[in-house]
Amino acid sequence: MAEKTPEIWVFGDYRNYFQNRVTLQLLSRAHDLAGKTGAIVCAVVFGQGVQEWVGEYIAHGANRVYVVEDASLAYYSTDLYVAVMESLARQCSPEIILVGATSFGREFAPRVAKRLGTGLTADCVGLDINTEGLLVQTAPAFGGNLLSRIITPRTRPQMATVRPGTFQEIPHNYQAEGETVRVPLPQNLPKDRVRLISSERKPAGSQKLEDSPVVVCGGRGMGSKSRFRNLNELARLLGGEVGATRPVVYSRWAEEDSMVGQADKHIRPKVLFSFGVSGAIQHTAGIIDAGFVIAVNKNPNAAMMKMADVAIVADANQVCLALIKELKKRLRS
Amino acid sequence: MIVCLKQVPMATELPWDPKTGTLSRDRAEGMMNPACKHALEAALMIRHQHGGHITAITMGPPMTEEILREALAMGADRCLMLSDKAMSGADTFVTSYTLARAIEIFCSDFDLVLCGCHTTDSETAQVGPQLAEELHIPGIANVEHLEMNSDAIRIRRISDSFLEVLEVDPPCLLTVSCQHFVPRYVPLAGLQDAFSGANILAVSAEDLGIDPRRIGLQGSPTRIVDIYTPRADKENIVLKGAPKKIVEELFERFETKLGGIIRKDLNKEG
Ligand SMILES: Cc1cc2nc3c(=O)[nH]c(=O)nc-3n(C[C@H](O)[C@H](O)[C@H](O)COP(=O)(O)OP(=O)(O)OC[C@H]3O[C@@H](n4cnc5c(N)ncnc54)[C@H](O)[C@@H]3O)c2cc1C
Ligand SMILES: Nc1ncnc2c1ncn2[C@@H]1O[C@H](COP(=O)(O)O)[C@@H](O)[C@H]1O
Repeated sequence: MAEKTPEIWVFGDYRNYFQNRVTLQLLSRAHDLAGKTGAIVCAVVFGQGVQEWVGEYIAHGANRVYVVEDASLAYYSTDLYVAVMESLARQCSPEIILVGATSFGREFAPRVAKRLGTGLTADCVGLDINTEGLLVQTAPAFGGNLLSRIITPRTRPQMATVRPGTFQEIPHNYQAEGETVRVPLPQNLPKDRVRLISSERKPAGSQKLEDSPVVVCGGRGMGSKSRFRNLNELARLLGGEVGATRPVVYSRWAEEDSMVGQADKHIRPKVLFSFGVSGAIQHTAGIIDAGFVIAVNKNPNAAMMKMADVAIVADANQVCLALIKELKKRLRS
Repeated sequence: MIVCLKQVPMATELPWDPKTGTLSRDRAEGMMNPACKHALEAALMIRHQHGGHITAITMGPPMTEEILREALAMGADRCLMLSDKAMSGADTFVTSYTLARAIEIFCSDFDLVLCGCHTTDSETAQVGPQLAEELHIPGIANVEHLEMNSDAIRIRRISDSFLEVLEVDPPCLLTVSCQHFVPRYVPLAGLQDAFSGANILAVSAEDLGIDPRRIGLQGSPTRIVDIYTPRADKENIVLKGAPKKIVEELFERFETKLGGIIRKDLNKEG
């Protein structure tokens, strides 16, 4: 018998738009990895009425889609999804399983890894294949101040959860062909031990800040609410969005949904301006993926200044006003 | 109730090695991981309302005892200190395995296990769910609010973009979000008691009767290849002087970096 073609699996996390985006991003990366190992890319979809996603995943690079459809899977249940994934993975023995690091993914993947007796790397910001053909998983630690490269040498599958926004999705191609494999619900599925009483969609928080190519971030060093407001004007001129540190939000200088950091938003602008921010690790955890960083602080030794491409030692508000003036001048000319 | 605590290096004073740009972990001051402290607070609140007994468990090097003393001072009843050379270098797979064996041997009649939602050093958020798996109990992550009813626990949390209300029967495991259950201050009297009392039980791998090959670095399915500082590639150019001059210099020197992206938007404006 011919040796089985190795498979790279991507968990189809489709519950809302942004979750689906990370799935598409992973399909794209799986496609690159498959090119290096001769594997095929498979999406795995559980739920009810999921045909739409099957088509979507094939259009974005899946060669095969495993589908388990059943009314009991209509709601994302950790217990049931873990059991179905375990059963499917035991049948097909994938080489690699990738899961988006969404709230659900980070609750689901650790249990799957445990059942399969394999390793799992959390919240990766990079994936590659090394010379031995192993998956190299790059994961942040200490709020992104360190990165570690991790491998899973002995056990299979190699598993990783991956931070949304890390990879670029492949533009859709509805002519792409893929195979759909329907798998029946495994026998003896356990009962769900967690009862869902209610689930309400949060009022759609805007993703504007996360997706903006330019972000102007302000900290306590802006001095006051009225001065902080100047950042809004600057952001408008730059075509960007305003972010804030926690103390600034707590003092109500900025809206709650502008808070950037470990517990809040991860932003990845191409250009980040940071005004009067000390650079506490809980804040910088949210900006590690920023491209070109310009920091303004009167203290040249602030941690934020150390991680900037350009560190401006000056008064934050004055630099903000000077920038506004300069941009307006350039606009007119 | 069982609360799992981990000691992490103090975040604000990370001792960086200026030569290599890496963290000198051995010189770092330790503290209780913030999310773990919130988990302990949740346990204390439950005990206040419903009674019960709190065991705090940690696995780590001997200096980790500090956070158990802190836990006693906050009000934990008893502590287990899992410390053994064989346990070092553990990834989440074996950390959860080791914690689970200790729980089974020393406090198997628990109703609730509380963990932090994640740690500030390794940040995996995996130990909680994997420990639940080891103990064969249901688990719920990122709990923001909980209410004990006569037979079930009702939980509120945000998962992705959904506000969920869930119900689960004990025994179960919850990981506690950092934004809720704000920890109390340690009372001075408690601190004194914590250092005089003998409520910390030291446990070795042998006490747990586990094969040393299954734990620590040896037992871990994942391997760290290397660790590096991502920011090392930053040029870190320092500009000083009058704001107006700085801004002019900024546009002059970084026209290419800023120009492409900003000009596009400027044109749109104009
Ligand atoms: C569990 C936990 C979670 C947290 N999560 C987050 C989070 O998600 N996001 C977050 O942001 N924070 C978070 N924090 C708080 C975080 O630790 C810091 O306290 C916070 O980020 C600091 O904000 P800041 O830089 O605005 O203020 P500060 O630390 O007070 O810094 C102000 C800076 O401005 C500079 N400055 C002062 N005046 C001027 C001036 N005139 N011109 C120029 N510079 C000036 C100062 O030199 C200083 O560097 C968290 C903390 C904890 C304990
Ligand atoms: N070595 C450890 N000892 C005790 N509890 C731990 C340990 N490591 C992790 N935990 C628990 O698991 C939670 C999540 O940790 P982590 O998976 O490392 O982000 C922590 O908040 C602790 O409650």
